[in-house]
Amino acid sequence: MIRRFLCLILALSAFAVPAFAKDELVVGMTQMPDTWNPVISAMLAKSLINNMAARPMTAYDANSQLVCLVCTELPTIENGKARVIDLPDNGKGGGRKGMEIDVEMRDMRWADGVPVTAKDVAFTLDVGKHPLSGVASSEDYRRILKLDVHDDRHFTMTIDRVTFDYNAIGLSLLPAHIDKPIFDANPAEYRNKTAFDTDPTNPGLAFGPFRKVEIVPGSRIVLEQNPTWTGERPHFKRIVVKIIENTAALEANLLSGNIDYALGELGLSLDQALAFEKRHKDKYDFIYKPALIYEHIDTMLDNPLLADRRVRQAILMAIDRKAISDKLFEGKQPVAEGPISPLDPMYSDAARRYPYDPAAARRLLDEAGYGETKNGVRQDAKGGRFSIEITTTAGNRVRELVAQVIQSQLKQVGIEVRIKADPPRIFSEQLNRRQFSGLAMYAWVQQPQGVPRTLLSSKEIPSAENGWSGQNYPGYRNPAMDAALDDAERELDVAKRKALFADIQRIHAEDLPVLPLFFRVDPFVIPKPLKGVVPTGHLNSSTLWVEQWRWEDR
Amino acid sequence: MLHMTRYLASRGMQTIVTLALMSLVVYLLIGLMPGDPIDLMVSGDPKMTSQDAARLRALYGLDKPLLDRYLAWADQAIQGNFGYSRSFNQPVLAVLWPRLLNTFLLAGMAFVSSAVIALPLGIWAANHPRSWADYLINLFCFAGISVPPFWLALLAITLFAVALGWLPAGGMADVRPGTGFLQALGEQLRFLALPVATLTLVQLGGYTRFMRGSMIEALRQDYVRTARAKGAPERRVLWGHAFANALAPVLTILALSFGGLFSGALITETVFAWPGMGKAIYQAILDNDYNLALVGLLVATFATILGNLLADVAYAWVDPRVSIGETA
Repeated sequence: MIRRFLCLILALSAFAVPAFAKDELVVGMTQMPDTWNPVISAMLAKSLINNMAARPMTAYDANSQLVCLVCTELPTIENGKARVIDLPDNGKGGGRKGMEIDVEMRDMRWADGVPVTAKDVAFTLDVGKHPLSGVASSEDYRRILKLDVHDDRHFTMTIDRVTFDYNAIGLSLLPAHIDKPIFDANPAEYRNKTAFDTDPTNPGLAFGPFRKVEIVPGSRIVLEQNPTWTGERPHFKRIVVKIIENTAALEANLLSGNIDYALGELGLSLDQALAFEKRHKDKYDFIYKPALIYEHIDTMLDNPLLADRRVRQAILMAIDRKAISDKLFEGKQPVAEGPISPLDPMYSDAARRYPYDPAAARRLLDEAGYGETKNGVRQDAKGGRFSIEITTTAGNRVRELVAQVIQSQLKQVGIEVRIKADPPRIFSEQLNRRQFSGLAMYAWVQQPQGVPRTLLSSKEIPSAENGWSGQNYPGYRNPAMDAALDDAERELDVAKRKALFADIQRIHAEDLPVLPLFFRVDPFVIPKPLKGVVPTGHLNSSTLWVEQWRWEDR
Repeated sequence: MLHMTRYLASRGMQTIVTLALMSLVVYLLIGLMPGDPIDLMVSGDPKMTSQDAARLRALYGLDKPLLDRYLAWADQAIQGNFGYSRSFNQPVLAVLWPRLLNTFLLAGMAFVSSAVIALPLGIWAANHPRSWADYLINLFCFAGISVPPFWLALLAITLFAVALGWLPAGGMADVRPGTGFLQALGEQLRFLALPVATLTLVQLGGYTRFMRGSMIEALRQDYVRTARAKGAPERRVLWGHAFANALAPVLTILALSFGGLFSGALITETVFAWPGMGKAIYQAILDNDYNLALVGLLVATFATILGNLLADVAYAWVDPRVSIGETA
């Protein structure tokens, strides 16, 4: 019903007259951030806005290349600003290799005029490492063994391992001059008392091109130019971010001119954008940016039906992923051949591929012992039916449609599929506890050049013993994969690392613990006069370069 | 007066007991739902390790038995500390208070406007039964009752925001400092117009039907016939005799709707991006934000109980035959 009305909205929208202000931009997005503190938790909605008001030390750009944002030059082995060292035998890293990294910070100021210094870096690390601070993921902080502050803008970090991503310093700085007294008073209460939440419009919390001046929870966030920003001057004086959680309402707001632009990373869905493009090609530019969001199917390897890799290969060959992409996504969503995106510099095209081939799928199923068929469903020698369940997230219309197509296509090769759609929190619980019985369809979000350790290492299988952490939900174990993952993480030479990534992709393609489907695209629907928005396709969002956004020819 | 005081004190005690029981039931129900907040964090952050998960569970007290957690919460709640919302990292009351006001503003305006329209409309229809106007009002009422709110909301957005461009499609007014009072008020009303109109149309049908039915019943009574036989003017018969008696059941219905002014209208709030209680409670349950969901539901419960009390008092006020707090 909603969709029919959406069409009506689209048809009538030709009468809408958007009203633009020259130095102001009104954007919409579908989620309100939780805490504004940048280190407590990871959340896309928060980083989209925080990236306008502050910057991480380094980030990946739209070409997936690491760049300095707060530092002046990326520290590398080649420029001598990073080096492998023997760690001192202090009980923490004795006898092991680590790395030292020299960093020079840009001359920047918080919006209250206080300089951004290495003291802020030290304070951020203190918070990140403290067991009571409430920081969700402390791994990035814990790996930094030592911080030597040379002066306000120079410091050296010692990290506890040799790793390829030594210079990916994604630290989002906390202002020591504001939050340190709060943290020192009671670290266990810091997550509740941080000025980011008690005084979120305090100018001392921002050092980016904008700063937050008004926050109406659940409704809007208003940002204005930060006068102390030393980088490229932003074109907009004011940006208003409106929170509109319903995507149909978001589209209506876009058409009525209530918002100028819906943020591509957290805005219209792909099917909405495709329909929108047909009607409004003249007013908007459409960019379908393939993202590092990997839609796939986990296979439960504890299930005897799926334990044989020939069966998993057969299932993948029986699914016509290209046809699904063409029919449901107008071909915009690229078919995935493995967990590494072709846009990632570590992608290898040498791994085995599985084009749609139902005849080959039938042969493999015959070989695996499911040659007999009764009532159109394959059976094993004991008469056990080849019937499996595919679980996915209820309410995700696209996934539910894909599940139906897969059900139909697998039926062609004699596999009975039962569809089960659970609310996201129940689905998530079942994944974390490895309680799905057959197939589970969902998505992973990855970093450029990220080693898929938590997904494929045998040490990352969730269990009661490890507190149900790790994301190797299929329960995949292969020593060769474990070795390749470990080596890829430690290898500093790019060519050798690429070879190790090729090994990871090759082993994955042979074993298929996870059936690749698509790489999701972020649809960016940008009004034609709005220039400078460059989608990145990964977690370092387009808003990190918001100062380049501008109106042209309006 | 003494009876009334005793009655109110008794209802107050019942309210406290009900709220205490509700808090226990809601806390246990939310706690028994699959997953906990840390599960959601783990699934959203690939960098989280088992140590991180264990550390956070201990920090948030999620490693303790559910009943212990409830008792700890209740102990703090009695002292006025309702805890922090995990989703917003703010005290629960600080999160709920602005939403409560937003919901009250939206639902209150819809409530008043629907009551102001429905009562005369119902009376008029009752006084002209089986006329074409009565049929039209009935049709309108049934349409209002039957139409899904999301459909009506999208229709309103399509027409008034997208096609005609008269009103904003949703959200709240962005009133900048220095804006004059009247201009600010006008801007706020522009943003309220569509959601209030949607809720009004949805509620209008029910209220009008109640008023019409109650009024028809009253007009059939002997005292109305007697009044007419005695030559009382029709206006006096209608308003002085029938209306006063027909009002009691309608007031009860209106008072019972009072709870809705605080618990929010989830669909309308979602479609119009209006940050109110309905959306807050729904999202808190989805996000495993125990404190926020619990206190939000308790506020809604309290408002419903208060609505019931108001209904009883209103009934006694309009109908002298009814007295409260007295035993027969």
